[in-house]
Amino acid sequence: MKTLAQKIIARAAGVPDVAPGEIVTCKVDLAMSHDSSGPRRIAPMLESLGARVWDPDKYVIVTDHYVPALDPESRQILQFTRDWVSQNGIRKFHDEQGICHVVLPEQGYVRPGMLIVGGDSHSTTGGAFGSYMFGIGATEMLGVLVTGEIWLKMPHTIAIEWKNAFADGVVAKDIMLYLCGQLGMDGGQYQAVEFGGSAITALNMQERMTLANMTAELGGQAGLIAPDETTIAYLLSAGVSTEDLGDLSQWKTDEGAPVLARHVYDGTALAPQVAAPHSPANAADVGSYKGQEIDTAYIGACTGAKLEDLRMAARVLKGRRVASGKRLLVAPASLRDQQAAKAEGTLDILTEAGGELLPIGCGACAGYGQWRFAENERVLSSSARNFKGRMGALSSQVWLASPYTVAASIVTGQITDPRILLGESA
Amino acid sequence: MKGRTWKFGDGVDTDVMAPGQYMKLPIKELARHTLEALRPEFASSVRDGDVVVAGRNFGIGSSREQAPEALKALGVRAVIARSFGGIFHRNAFNLGLVALICEQADQIPDGAAIEVDAIAGRIHLPEHDMTLDCEPVPGFLVEMVEDGGLLPHLKKRLAGKPAAKETT
Repeated sequence: MKTLAQKIIARAAGVPDVAPGEIVTCKVDLAMSHDSSGPRRIAPMLESLGARVWDPDKYVIVTDHYVPALDPESRQILQFTRDWVSQNGIRKFHDEQGICHVVLPEQGYVRPGMLIVGGDSHSTTGGAFGSYMFGIGATEMLGVLVTGEIWLKMPHTIAIEWKNAFADGVVAKDIMLYLCGQLGMDGGQYQAVEFGGSAITALNMQERMTLANMTAELGGQAGLIAPDETTIAYLLSAGVSTEDLGDLSQWKTDEGAPVLARHVYDGTALAPQVAAPHSPANAADVGSYKGQEIDTAYIGACTGAKLEDLRMAARVLKGRRVASGKRLLVAPASLRDQQAAKAEGTLDILTEAGGELLPIGCGACAGYGQWRFAENERVLSSSARNFKGRMGALSSQVWLASPYTVAASIVTGQITDPRILLGESA
Repeated sequence: MKGRTWKFGDGVDTDVMAPGQYMKLPIKELARHTLEALRPEFASSVRDGDVVVAGRNFGIGSSREQAPEALKALGVRAVIARSFGGIFHRNAFNLGLVALICEQADQIPDGAAIEVDAIAGRIHLPEHDMTLDCEPVPGFLVEMVEDGGLLPHLKKRLAGKPAAKETT
């Protein structure tokens, strides 16, 4: 009886079985870097080794951190990235198409059973597809690019089960904030976290991506969801053929497989969550923050600005307006999601409500560029991290919440339970 | 290795070690801002051989390698903490910065003389007559640490030099 993590890693290591705690060397099916962690870091190291990428078709590069490039250093980084990709035969290059963790699934690159590494901590997002995908640093990536392999300490699995169903207005972001509050930033113990239960399987793929994405905040190495019909439908629409998918029934944890811990929760009991500055673990029911005034709402990042996230915000903002004196910033996570949101009217609802459309990319979440928040600015964000000083001045304060909660709160100007507005007509 | 300790609390994230707005700059310039949100004097006062000591979850958050890289550039040789973010822990070793897990790290005072035997996992504070055990460097990483990190280790391997120890 094996866990999903054991099956994936055993296959990648070319062995029949792997025990938790065992060190193994795995063949990597796919590697991903972005403009910050990629060529500018990798190229000099490859050159010093006189080495080349082991399999250029297995290396994906995405520009998302320094886009749009508005200063000389950022422009230089992007240009270097583009030149290197071209000189090194990297065909899977996605330039200014969106945030890497959203682009990779869109392209059908992430599939069940794969062992994938990404040069970004939110690489855990790939686990939503039943792949073992985790984040690594640039030198680690250099090792992968030269050898095509990576060592792993076989993780235990921490099973997280959500029974029944979530209430309307309660979503994946709320689940993850709640778990960070309950289990802490090391609740995942750098093991494989696996999500299951009827409330989880009812989630669509982008919601599952949010869960896997924030497993990074929970401190898990990977955040897995076994593939099912929902996964298959997404992958087929992303252009993956049924042959490429293979036998998906193998990619699940066997009944009775030993796990390190099992946490079971009731979906119906979960209220929208908000995490106070400066940690995702400062999560509490939205009601605890009633009355907390905010200046700015940020709908952005791989965690909180996918098409599904934009739709949540639009559902609340339809026929409503951003409170006077407040701002709503919307930075869609990918070009495709932005285009889809535009075509279906979702984007217009957000801008008509007073939302300001920002460029696609990591933007304010990573704090790299020009959208850093000001002294004492109070922000409610749909992104994943509110560490002090990450997104702006040290005195700025960021609360984290779901797109529903962020949207509801910018209508009233204070942190607000979205279920109130969802229950009323605008 | 010998130096003085710099003490921090829990949850020191990699953004604080390598702040986002400086990530586009060369490491020497970024390192001027390392840990300034917590101890503004750190970057300018830390000496070669000094040791960072922290509580739980040191290095959580972003996988940016600039976090351990900046510490190393400033002369830090080892980080001792009650626990580490998983990605940071690997990044540190890959760069030749030793990251030691010590359950009693909270007992180590700030600004104290410290001697660290990383391979054995022993810490000695001569001014405080204190000796602590920490988890030694994992066996399969010892050779990489002795080579000074993953890049020098790979250079050796690719040049066909014999490895002192086989990685499992």
